[in-house]
Amino acid sequence: MRFFIFILFLSSVTFDQNNMEDSYERWQMVYDDFCVRCHLPDGTGESALIPPLVSADFLQDVKATIHSIIYGIHGPITVNGVRYNNAMAPMGLENDEIADVTNYILNSWGNTTDVIVTEAYVHGIKETE
Amino acid sequence: MTTRYFSYVLLLQVIFACRQPDVTISTPDHTNYTIEVIVPDLETPWGMAFLPDNSLLITEKEGELIHFQNGQKTIIQNVPTTYVRGQGGLMGIAIHPNFKDNNIIYFTQSSSVDSDESGGNTALYRAVLQGNALQDISLLYKAEPNTKKGVHFGSRIVFDTDGYLYFTVGDRGNRDVNPQDLTKDGGKIYRLTVSGEIPTDNPFVDVSNAKTAVYSYGHRNPQGMTKHPVTGEIWTHEHGPKGGDEINIIQAGKNYGWPKITYGKNYTGTTITEDKALPGMEQPLYYWIPSIAPSGMAFVHNSAYADWDGSLVVGSLKFNYLERLTFDNNRVVFREKIANEIGRVRDVILGPDGFLYLAVENKGICKIVPNP
Repeated sequence: MRFFIFILFLSSVTFDQNNMEDSYERWQMVYDDFCVRCHLPDGTGESALIPPLVSADFLQDVKATIHSIIYGIHGPITVNGVRYNNAMAPMGLENDEIADVTNYILNSWGNTTDVIVTEAYVHGIKETE
Repeated sequence: MTTRYFSYVLLLQVIFACRQPDVTISTPDHTNYTIEVIVPDLETPWGMAFLPDNSLLITEKEGELIHFQNGQKTIIQNVPTTYVRGQGGLMGIAIHPNFKDNNIIYFTQSSSVDSDESGGNTALYRAVLQGNALQDISLLYKAEPNTKKGVHFGSRIVFDTDGYLYFTVGDRGNRDVNPQDLTKDGGKIYRLTVSGEIPTDNPFVDVSNAKTAVYSYGHRNPQGMTKHPVTGEIWTHEHGPKGGDEINIIQAGKNYGWPKITYGKNYTGTTITEDKALPGMEQPLYYWIPSIAPSGMAFVHNSAYADWDGSLVVGSLKFNYLERLTFDNNRVVFREKIANEIGRVRDVILGPDGFLYLAVENKGICKIVPNP
């Protein structure tokens, strides 16, 4: 019995891990299709032109991060003390895709977060000036 | 002996094909022109076309067709619904060679029409511009299949001297399937008559199951195309991946090699192919490393800038300038930055007045005016 429970425990851990890996793969697909050209595979962006995503203080505001993905960025922004004045167009992504790519950005290149962004959360973010 | 000699020549050829002289881009210390924003407050102006009355049609990627006349912007009605996603939107625009008599315009957009599949692909439309609205709208071509991929729609439109229409469709993010397969859309340059028919002398009309509108193939994402003002050749450029943006002169039926040959790498830096040249595939006239993310292309000819006549200008989305290139026997011999740090240059055209007009993202349409 004890052995059985142990196996059950092991398999649930494996299951969670697989689940997480599947999700991460799905998250990355959105990034690779829509973001990677400018922000690059390692999230470092382009000096003076494209802000980095890796260790970016901008991402601490998850709501602002999602807002920028939904509606784009049309004025100057400051990331890690550096000012960038380059437009980012809205990408026309579905809410589930925006949740995916936000999760990817918040959990890659050493970035970590405690929250998992959901489609419903994205849905609730309305355009602000 | 003969074989050895032959291999030596072949080796030389391969080396020669893979090398181009290093022409570093220069940044002029001082400039003798001023940049005037003539159409302010645009988001992502993608394409421009002047009408005979010197008013300007502008496409906004988000789907608006704008007519700028006497300092006023008017939104043109009846534009078909745009599938706005990733790089896709309302994009290329051109007027009929005989617009002054028929008011016909052409435009490309990413679109979901003509298919039950979700997603979109590049569509070419023709319509009559009547007042502030489009009439008699007809779909001339719709690339298949629809896909939710957000990249590589191509979309420039140009007429050649004989009145044939050329337009571009990128590989739609499916490089291993589309560009080298003549039975599939994507990664191609297309050629149609003004009314949208397949010209009988198109190169692949006799190839079974081929997309017969195709004129050349093996392209990645051509977002610049223009007619050479003297030779009448159709010149294009296309985005490479990481490095390997190319300039090409388009010839009927030719294979431009993507992704079998390229001077670029994957975005991660890994190799796409070791081959930079292969038999039966065209070498670019020029390639950029690093990529400048070229968009828009025009020759400077009979222009307001005496020193620049004969140059080619290309917008750089990545580095926020207009690049000017000069040639000696179709070899690039000089490159310089114009309008440095202006913003993401999406399109450039030479107006009928001989001035260069730039479509700059998050800014608007800018005119380059030489200082007196």
